[in-house]
Amino acid sequence: MTMKASTRQIDGVTIVDLSGRITLGEGSVILRDTVRDLIGKGNKKILLNLGDVNYIDSSGIGELVSAFTTVRNQGGELKLLNLTKKVHDLLQITKLYTVFDVKDDETSAVKAFGK
Amino acid sequence: MSRNRVSYTLDSTLETVNSAETTASRIATEAGFDDDEVMKISMAVREAAVNAVLHGNAYDPGKKVTLAFERTGRDLVITIRDQGKGIDLNAIPDPLAPENLLKTSGRGIFLIRSFMDEVEIHPSQAGTEIKLVKHVHGSTAGGKEASQ
Repeated sequence: MTMKASTRQIDGVTIVDLSGRITLGEGSVILRDTVRDLIGKGNKKILLNLGDVNYIDSSGIGELVSAFTTVRNQGGELKLLNLTKKVHDLLQITKLYTVFDVKDDETSAVKAFGK
Repeated sequence: MSRNRVSYTLDSTLETVNSAETTASRIATEAGFDDDEVMKISMAVREAAVNAVLHGNAYDPGKKVTLAFERTGRDLVITIRDQGKGIDLNAIPDPLAPENLLKTSGRGIFLIRSFMDEVEIHPSQAGTEIKLVKHVHGSTAGGKEASQ
């Protein structure tokens, strides 16, 4: 039920591999803390890999939006990678799919970040 | 689906939110809904429970959340009631409006209405009651909504 987050670096881009559920409570807090920690360390190119995120609720959606605006307000970029069908559908019906830059290939996603 | 009803009185905690979701998933599965419909029902119940615990009862340990499931021959009817001040439906912004897309909250009721066939919201000074209906065997009402 819990969410896990781990980070790795490729070509100046921080990839955050998330797994589990991004929901009200622990999942949302882990995502928030992870992004804030990265920003605090000067990592402003962030790719959230949601390939193993099997569930997200409205609080989790709000946390994704918060991460997006937080990074953007710091002059950075945040993109999403590997959406599951459930998360894809949720972003579609909430009209957020076009707000986020969504990628389905890690290599091209990394290259898509500005230099 | 035979007619029967079960109800729970729950504390205003995060555990209640998770419990409501899990119970909804189990009952919807037992009622014969497919995996996609079960996910929608359980997520709608989770969002309603979040509203009841957070926005209704505001985690007040002295206030309870009542969750009821009724299986009729045609529907699964779910009722969630809190003991808060009563939701102000006019204060809920449209989450799809361009100016609201980047807001970090305010999507719960929208998702509930997206996932259920009928939604009735009854706020009062004694709390808010939300009634969720899912038709069995795809006998949908085209996302019919009602609010009071």
